[in-house]
Amino acid sequence: MNHDYQKDISGCGLTGLISRKRRRIGGADIVKSLCLMTDRGNGLGAGYAAYGIYPEFKDFYAFHIMFDEPSVRWTLEEYLKNNYHIEKIEEIPTSPVKAIPIAPLLVRYFVTPLRDKMAGDIQEADFVVNTVMKVNSEIEGAYIFSSGKNMGAFKGVGNPRDIAEFFRIEEYEGWTWTAHTRFPTNTPGWWGGAHPFTLLDWSIVHNGEISSYGINKRYLEMFGYKLTLLTDTEVAAYMLDLLIRRQGLDIPSACLVLAAPFWKKIDSLPEGEREALTALRQTYGSALLNGPFSILFGHSKGLVGINDRIKLRPLVAATKDDVTYMASEESAIRAICPAPDKVWAPRAGDPVIVNLED
Amino acid sequence: MLEINAGGMYYRDLNQKIRDAVNSGEKDITVRNVNGQYYIGDGLRGKSTITVEGVPGNDLAAFMDGPTLVIKANAQDNISNTMNTGKVVIHGNAGDVLGYGMRGGKLHILGDVGYRVGIHMKGVKKQSPTIVVGGTAGDFFGEYMAGGVLILLGLNNDGRPIVGDYLGTGMHGGVIYVRGEIDKNNCGAEVGILDLDDEDMKVLKESLTEYCKDMGLSLDEIMKKGFKKLIPVSLRPYGNLYAY
Repeated sequence: MNHDYQKDISGCGLTGLISRKRRRIGGADIVKSLCLMTDRGNGLGAGYAAYGIYPEFKDFYAFHIMFDEPSVRWTLEEYLKNNYHIEKIEEIPTSPVKAIPIAPLLVRYFVTPLRDKMAGDIQEADFVVNTVMKVNSEIEGAYIFSSGKNMGAFKGVGNPRDIAEFFRIEEYEGWTWTAHTRFPTNTPGWWGGAHPFTLLDWSIVHNGEISSYGINKRYLEMFGYKLTLLTDTEVAAYMLDLLIRRQGLDIPSACLVLAAPFWKKIDSLPEGEREALTALRQTYGSALLNGPFSILFGHSKGLVGINDRIKLRPLVAATKDDVTYMASEESAIRAICPAPDKVWAPRAGDPVIVNLED
Repeated sequence: MLEINAGGMYYRDLNQKIRDAVNSGEKDITVRNVNGQYYIGDGLRGKSTITVEGVPGNDLAAFMDGPTLVIKANAQDNISNTMNTGKVVIHGNAGDVLGYGMRGGKLHILGDVGYRVGIHMKGVKKQSPTIVVGGTAGDFFGEYMAGGVLILLGLNNDGRPIVGDYLGTGMHGGVIYVRGEIDKNNCGAEVGILDLDDEDMKVLKESLTEYCKDMGLSLDEIMKKGFKKLIPVSLRPYGNLYAY
């Protein structure tokens, strides 16, 4: 299949929630919240990501893999067995849904890299990233769409309700959830193109269009990332891995790279801050995400919501007790939290950063 | 008076019910348990008053021509798009892109609003649309404004800036009144900041009298603080933008 398209423009709706106290919340809430915004998408993609769902396998990388053809599975497993200890293999549990007559084969593997395969001083996470890149670009018809620990992405072509029923989302319990309904216009609505996009523990759901996709893609390729999923959002997931995990930026700094303040603002700041922000923009000019976006990114330690610098896509946040909610629409939050303690619209480019308590 | 329970109802069914009620001559409609239903009041005509309890969905009161919508909670994005006549009263905060291309009527908001409020607002023939915001506004307030009146009060702003950047950028008609001081650096190049004259005070007081009545606020309290007026003063401020 030829998926050689350059970018994606989409309407989309997103929602997410996090319990700072790591209280595991059933999937029913996030499904209800997303389903309120079903009409922001057009049925050509929906998905969910959850953290804390695999406590019994929390030390293993959970690979969720989709296969265009069942036979590809054996090629993939041969490669995997040569490089990983495989603790468990199982088909991802699904339920038959009328609206989803055709689905790829979906299998999950709980794995840990074999020590003797990790040459030199390569980090375990780098080894896993290399595997994801290799499989997605070299094993035709196999896509690793989730590769973190104690987390997972579940996504496909369908509307939010159908995808939730298909993947039995309501049976999972997690402390962080994100979800997305898609309205693709420039790329095919295929299973790999649904959100969330993930790499290791990073997961991204995105509403908007990353106009800088080409620049971001070339920059990421210099660091060995391969962009295979044909949708702009993919760059955001890999960019966070590059900035935060590999280059050691903290989350607020990474947000200042993705949605850098305008020079007009930087020039008006006191000297120290001005110099820091100038250095960040100059160093990471190719990591700037241009164009309209609202993004939620989940990771093993928390959840972040961020808008583009001039707020071209909506984002609303709310808190109630230990839970923070973020969504494209306030009503999507109120669908599951009718009386929040606080509701606000984050300013453009101003991230909402929520960290899990230890 | 007619009551509609919108709990869990799909927006098309809800809007059909409202439309049928208005068409059958119902003047006073209360819609309870609204949450996220889109397009409420869109294209509606007549003189009915529709009270909404709960947070309505996007694109409220688009192309509306006559009715009064009273929202008892926060509201979302894209309210009063190309609205012609009538009124929307929101007793909470509202989102982005309010009053886009608004041709007439009134939009009263008690709390804060988001980005691009009053964008492309115009007015047509003798109609002049008015938006009054009680709280603060984000960037691009009155962007490309061509007509009508925008009033920003900044009540209870807790020290936050009353308005964001790019105020009135691309403005070529209409007038913006802001209760407080304006930083010229936050304005579009074509915008002039002036003091109010007698005619301005007349327009302002007339609009605010109605606003205060809707919101239960005191006009005297509001008028204790001075206003500034913003109007376009330059015809082609970007004429050289791409010329060198």
